[in-house]
Amino acid sequence: MADTQKTYSLPALEKKANEIREDIIKMLEHAGSGHSAGPLGLADIFTALYFHILKHDPKNPDWPERDLFLLSNGHCAPVLYATMAHAGYFPRKELLSLRQFGSRLQGHPERERLPGLEATSGPLGSGLSQAAGMALALRLDKQQHRWIYVVTGDGELDEGNNWEAIMLCAKYKLSNIIAIVDRNNIQIDGPTETVMPLESLRDKWEAFGWYVIEIDGNDIDAVIDACNMAKAIVERPVVIIAHTVPGKGVDFMEYDFHWHGVPPNHEQAMKALHELRTLQGKIESEHE
Amino acid sequence: MSNSTQINEDISAKGFSIEPMKQGYGRGLVEAGKLYENVVAASSDVTGSTGTEPFAQAFPERFFEVGIAEQNLVAVGSGLAAMGKMPFVAAYGAFSPGRNWEQIKTTICINNRPVKLIATHVGISDAPDGATHQMLEDIALMRVLPNMTVVAPCDSLEAAKATIALASYNKPAYLRIARDDTTVITTEKTPFEIGDAYVYRRGADISLIATGRMTRYALIAAEQLYKDGIHAEVIHVPTIKPLDNETILRSVAATRHVVTAEEAQINGGLGAAVAELLGENLPTPMIRIGVRDRFGESGHPDELLKHFGLTPHHIAMAAHHLLMDHSKHKH
Repeated sequence: MADTQKTYSLPALEKKANEIREDIIKMLEHAGSGHSAGPLGLADIFTALYFHILKHDPKNPDWPERDLFLLSNGHCAPVLYATMAHAGYFPRKELLSLRQFGSRLQGHPERERLPGLEATSGPLGSGLSQAAGMALALRLDKQQHRWIYVVTGDGELDEGNNWEAIMLCAKYKLSNIIAIVDRNNIQIDGPTETVMPLESLRDKWEAFGWYVIEIDGNDIDAVIDACNMAKAIVERPVVIIAHTVPGKGVDFMEYDFHWHGVPPNHEQAMKALHELRTLQGKIESEHE
Repeated sequence: MSNSTQINEDISAKGFSIEPMKQGYGRGLVEAGKLYENVVAASSDVTGSTGTEPFAQAFPERFFEVGIAEQNLVAVGSGLAAMGKMPFVAAYGAFSPGRNWEQIKTTICINNRPVKLIATHVGISDAPDGATHQMLEDIALMRVLPNMTVVAPCDSLEAAKATIALASYNKPAYLRIARDDTTVITTEKTPFEIGDAYVYRRGADISLIATGRMTRYALIAAEQLYKDGIHAEVIHVPTIKPLDNETILRSVAATRHVVTAEEAQINGGLGAAVAELLGENLPTPMIRIGVRDRFGESGHPDELLKHFGLTPHHIAMAAHHLLMDHSKHKH
């Protein structure tokens, strides 16, 4: 399965990321609540993961040889759902059911409702712990060729539970875990460095025994390279600190922490879709 | 009087074997480890004092030490279960579920992973350590969670049986066990099934419904009541959730009087569960024996049990009180 995915060219992946962003805007506007900035900023990372990096089979979500993906910051569910739909886990038309009564697309991901989810998340800080448990089990079963990817928010790292897990992963040298921190520098109350300073984030992870890679998280090529490099690091778990632009692709959302936890209204959604379709004015005609 | 042959015949006798429940847990876990290859265990720097040590020695590769980190402990358990393992994660009840209730709710209960949470030192059994280490709220905390099963054995033999049963039970579950020496009142032949309550003594006048170590005290109270001419039925409830409604309702329909007894807060505990059941199905005069909405304090276990009104005497007095009240109303 994974082999066929590698046929996507870089421009094709970038186009896919943009389509995912458009769907995120449509979903959020329709839902009337939800998080905008994080999902838009993560679209490139998710595209790289689901269309190039992950070994998975959307038509057989329980495939025993699959890699495992966990979204620790469950509020970024819109980018997860949109990417999964594009990858073929479920029909794209279902995306508009986000946050609706009876939907499989709960406001925060619920494992038992939607095939392809490895864990329920929402309350922050326990994705890495679950990944650690999975990695310990895979080691017992001699399945260490399966990789475990965990996306966490940066603000999420305020939660102490993360650091308990970070220590455990280092202790047991869980090198098949690849953590990706969405370093977008915002959280609900403001910039991360104002709310609760995280820097020097690299030094913190290194001091806790992890190998650190820093990249531009909106560069799909860089995401793919970083994951390839992470796989070459043995004996230590690897964290990719992915610097992303919150609200990426929509000018009036970019870098603005006010867009962390709110959706666009209809007018804002139309404007956002226009920007995404014209690549922020770089091309003249809107594609669909 | 008693027609039960399921348990030791004279529970007040001296010279009964006495053993901390954690040793039963430890034996049960090793046995479960031999029976089921997917059984694994973890602890948060309390491997010895939770009884996990024998398993850690028997199966070193299947034991994980997470350090003093109870949030991590249970979420790691969720990850292990996600990959088909049957994790037993042990800590003092004061810290798990005291510290990590949300992780239990999200990563185990909503996520529906069959993690086994082992809480030791529950009730007032961590007596000298005082209020911070005495876990009286755990039954309420765990009972309120959908998908969760709550088990509270009465002695080390039953703790071992419960542990083995939980190892093939494919749902989240919570096992609460006391710290200190506990008189063994059951035998190898005493039945244990998750979800079942057991009549340990038959009687037609009042139902004494107890869990954990208080079951022995209910039996002693029943003996005392018998001398006073009152025939008390004693029901042991090792599974608080799901409650064995049928056994309880059958007994109470006959006796029409209830005293519950538990080493926990009366708010949200076994007494509350029984009151909820009876309130909706068979409203019955009842008294709940338990800690009445206050925190513990340092002392000797026996001193504290007396202080909080958790003795056979208190159970017997409650029974007298109910039956006297009732006869007043009748005449």
